[in-house]
Amino acid sequence: MTELAQLLVDWEAVIGLEVHVQLATASKAFSPSAVQFGAPPNSLTDPTVLGLPGALPVYNARALELALALGLATSSRIRMTSRFARKHYFYPDQPKNYQISQYDEPLCEHGVVDMFIGGELRRVELTRIHLEEDAGKNTHVGATSHVDLDRAGVPLVEVVTEPVMHTPEEAAEFVRALHGLVRWLGISEADMEKGQLRCDANVSVRRRGEDRLGTRTELKNINSFRFIQHAVEHEIARQLRLVESGGRVERETRLWDAVAGQSHTMRTKEEANDYRYFPDPDLPPLVVDPAQLDAIERGLPELPAARFRRYTRSGVGADEARTLVGERALADYMDAAIAAHGDEASAKFIGNWILTELLGALRAAERDVAASPLPPATLAALVRLVEDGTISGKIGKEVFEESFRTGEAPAAIVARRGVQQISNEAELGTIVERVVTANQRQADGYAGGNDKLFGFFVGQVMKETGGRANPVLTTALLKKRLGR
Amino acid sequence: MSSTPDPYASVTATARAIATGEATATRVVDAYLGRIRNLDRELGAFLAVNAEGARAGAAAVDRARAANEPLGPLAGVPIALKDNLVTRGLATTAGSKILAGWIPPYDGDAVTRLRAAGAIVLGKTNMDEFGMGSSTERSAYQKTRNPWDTSRVPGGSSGGSAAAVAAGLCAASLGTDTGGSIRQPAAMCGVVGMKPTYGRVSRYGVVAYASSLDQVGPLARSVEDAALLLSAIAGHDPRDATSIAAPVDAYAAALTGEVAGLRVGLPREYYGEGLDAEIRAALARTAEALRERGAEIVDVSLPHTAHALPAYYVIAPAEASSNLARYDGIRYGTRAPDAPDLLALYSKTRGAGFGPEVKRRIMLGTYALRAGYYDAYYKKAQQVRACISRDFADAWATVDVLLTPTTPAPAFRFGAKATPVDMYLGDIYTLACNLAGLPGLSVPCGLTAGGLPIGAQLLGRPLDEATLLRAGGVIEAAVGLGAQRPRAVS
Repeated sequence: MTELAQLLVDWEAVIGLEVHVQLATASKAFSPSAVQFGAPPNSLTDPTVLGLPGALPVYNARALELALALGLATSSRIRMTSRFARKHYFYPDQPKNYQISQYDEPLCEHGVVDMFIGGELRRVELTRIHLEEDAGKNTHVGATSHVDLDRAGVPLVEVVTEPVMHTPEEAAEFVRALHGLVRWLGISEADMEKGQLRCDANVSVRRRGEDRLGTRTELKNINSFRFIQHAVEHEIARQLRLVESGGRVERETRLWDAVAGQSHTMRTKEEANDYRYFPDPDLPPLVVDPAQLDAIERGLPELPAARFRRYTRSGVGADEARTLVGERALADYMDAAIAAHGDEASAKFIGNWILTELLGALRAAERDVAASPLPPATLAALVRLVEDGTISGKIGKEVFEESFRTGEAPAAIVARRGVQQISNEAELGTIVERVVTANQRQADGYAGGNDKLFGFFVGQVMKETGGRANPVLTTALLKKRLGR
Repeated sequence: MSSTPDPYASVTATARAIATGEATATRVVDAYLGRIRNLDRELGAFLAVNAEGARAGAAAVDRARAANEPLGPLAGVPIALKDNLVTRGLATTAGSKILAGWIPPYDGDAVTRLRAAGAIVLGKTNMDEFGMGSSTERSAYQKTRNPWDTSRVPGGSSGGSAAAVAAGLCAASLGTDTGGSIRQPAAMCGVVGMKPTYGRVSRYGVVAYASSLDQVGPLARSVEDAALLLSAIAGHDPRDATSIAAPVDAYAAALTGEVAGLRVGLPREYYGEGLDAEIRAALARTAEALRERGAEIVDVSLPHTAHALPAYYVIAPAEASSNLARYDGIRYGTRAPDAPDLLALYSKTRGAGFGPEVKRRIMLGTYALRAGYYDAYYKKAQQVRACISRDFADAWATVDVLLTPTTPAPAFRFGAKATPVDMYLGDIYTLACNLAGLPGLSVPCGLTAGGLPIGAQLLGRPLDEATLLRAGGVIEAAVGLGAQRPRAVS
C-alpha cells in the first residue's frame, strides 16, 4: 500500500474543479477582433481589446449560442436573463484591470456532466457555467516583461463543479468527459496545449464520516489530463501529511509546477483580492430568446453518454463503446456504418472492424476518421460480406486494406480476385477428400492420436483453395473425414 | 456673410453661407482660429486647438463645394469637442495628466457622425478631470474663465465647451453630462445645453466616468443650433450595448414656437430652500411666459429628490473606480519612471497621474463596492435610483415637461467652493435627470442684476427631446438673452 492509500483509509479527499473553455467563435467576446491561435503578438486587437479609453463591449451573439448549447447538453437550468459583472484585479495581461465575467446571475446553473469510471457512467453535478473573457499573456524575458493581448477578450465559459469528486482519477476523468463533450458539441477545439481548455482544482481533506468540508486550497495551472491527476494527487498527499502531523491546511492559492512536479504558494488568504464585483454598466442584462433556445436544443446532437448506452445495449462492450464515443466523428462513423448495414444487432461486429482495422489504417495513413477514404457504407458492405460467409475474416482484412487504399468496392474486389469463401459443403467435401487421400500417412498419424496434425490438414485445404475455404466448415468436414 | 464672418452666427447661418458660397469654410475656420488666438489666452477654454486639421477639413469642404459635390448639413461648421471625446490623431486627455500625450487611434461615434455631417473639429476643450467637478477648476491643465465675468468659473465639467460657445470661439460644441456637466456650465455661461436621453447618443469613444450616467450632448448659442447638433449625433450605434435603436426625431422641425396646451410641471422640491432669489424670480417669469403662451402650469412633487445626491455619490464613484482602473501606465498615457516592481509602477503612476478629486471618487467608489458592503451602498443606491425614476414616471401622468432652475446659484468665483460637498450641492437640480436616464435641457432665461446668466432646466419623458426643444425655443424667445453678449469678450 502506498503512503497515500494508507492515509486514505481514515481520510477522504474532496475535489471540485473549475474548467475554463475557450469558445470557438470567429471574433472576440466583446469586440470584432479575430480569434486565432499563434498569430503575431498583439495583431488581434482593437480599442476594446486594448482597453482604450472610450471603447465599449458588446457581447458576441455566437458565443452565447455556443454557451447555450453547453448549458442544454449539461441539462443546466438556463437563466433567461443573466448579467455580466466586472471582476477587478490589476494585472498587465488585462488592460481594463477588470475582467468581464458573470457573478451572482450566471447563464447556467445545476447542470450535470456524465463521465466514465471504468465501464460505468457517473454523473458529476455542476454548480454553474458562466460567461467571461480571457486575459492576454505575459512573458518575462530577463528583467523585461512582454504583454501579448491576442488572447485577451477571447470568449470563455467557466464550468464549475460541485465538490463531489474524491480521487485524482475522477478529477482527470471529469476533465476528459468535459473535453469530449465540448468537442462533441463543436463549441471548442479544447486543445489543452493551446490553452483552449484550462483547469483549476479546489482540494480539501476531511476524516471519513465527517460532513463538513475541510479548508480547501486552489490549485492553478494544471493544463493536461496527466497533470490534473498528478497535481491533485500531490496536493491530497501534501494536505494529509500536514493534518497527520498535527498541522493545519491554510486557505491559499497554489501554482502547479509541472516540471518540478510540485506546487508552491501563489497567494495566501490575506493576499486574496477583493474583486469588487458589480454589474457591468456597459452591458444590459443578457436576455435569452426562448425561440433561439428551442432551436439550439433541437439542433443538439445525441450526446456521448446516450450514445454509449445505445451501443452497449446493442451488445458493444463497455470499453469499445467508450472508445467509440470518445470522438464525435468516430461515433458518427459508427452510426453511419450501422445505418448502412441495416442491422443494429451487428453493432458489436461493426465496432470491432472500426476499432481495429479502420483506426489502424487511419493511423498508418495519418488521417482523421472524418477524412476516411473508406466511407461507412463501404465498411458496412465489407462487414456484410464477412457475416454472410462470402469471404472469410482473414480475406476480409485483405479486402479492407485494398478498398481503403484504392477506393474500390469490396464486392468488386472479391469478384475480381475470386476470393469468395468456399462454403458449399459438397465442393469443400471434394477438396477435403482429395487432401486426406493424398496424405494418408498423416491421416493415420492423426487417427493414432497426433492432434497436431489436424492443423496440417487445415493448412493443406487452405493451400488448395487459396485461403478461400470456410474455416468452420473445413474443420467440421475434416473432423468427420478423419474420424475424430 | 460679409468679409469678416460673425463669430456669433448661428449654425444654420454658417452652414448656409458656406453652402451658398457666400463664405468659404476656410474663412470661417480662420476667423474662429483668430478669435481663439486673441481671446483664449485669457479664457482658457481650449486644451488643444486643431488648427492644421481644421484648415485641412475646411479646404476639403471648399473643394467639395467647388466640385458641386453634395455637402453635409454641418459642412464647414467649426465645432469644439470636450476633451473626453476620443478623436483619432488628436490628443485626448479628459483633463487628466494620466492621459497626457495619448493620441487615440480612433474616433468616437458622436465625432464620426459630426465629421460625416461635414463639421470641422476645431479643438478640444477644457474640463474637470474625467468629468469629476462642477467648475472646471479640477482640470489638471488650466483654469477656464467665465466669459461673462472672468473672475468666475464657467461651471463644469464641460466648462471649456460652454465658455467657448459663449465667447464665440466656435459655432457650437459637444460636452458630456454625468450629473449636470452640460446643463450646469451652459446655465452659468448663458448658452443652451442638452443632455439627451441615456442611450440616444452613443457612448462609444467617450472616456468613461460613470457608464450608467454618461451622455454626450450639444452646447450651442440657440435652441435651434442645439437641435441641429443633436440630430447629427443621435442614433443607434451597435458598438454601444446601451444605445437605443429608436428612430431619431427631426428636432429642428419640432421648433414650432407653440406651447399651447403643453402641461408644464413645477416640482416643488426644486424650488425649496437654498435657491438664489434672482434665479427663483427668473424661473417665475419663465413659467409665466409659458403660461401666457397657452401652457398649463402645474405644481407637482418628486418626493425622492433629496436622495438623488447621496445616491449619485455612491453610483458615480463606484462606476468611476472601475472605469478608471485601466489607467495604469502600461499601454498608454503617462507611466511613472523608475518603479522597482509592478505594484510600485501602478501606485506611482496613479498617484502622480490622478488629481485629488479623482482620487477621492476612486476611493469612495472602491469603498462602496468592497466585499460585504455592496448591498449597503451600491445596491441601496440603485434602489433609490429606481424610486427617483418612479417619481418621474408618476409625474408624466399629469405633465409633459418639468421646469426647474438648472443651478441653485449663478457662476461662483474661483475657489469659492471650499469643500467637496459644497461643490456637490451645486448639482442638486441636475443629478436626478441622469439617475433616471431622462433628457434635460438648460436654456438661458435672463441675467442677474450683476450680469450673470441664469438657466432654466426642462426635463422630459424618455426620448422626448423634441418637446423639450420646442418648449426651450419658446423660453429663449420670451425671456432669453437676445443679443446680449458676455462683457469680457465683446
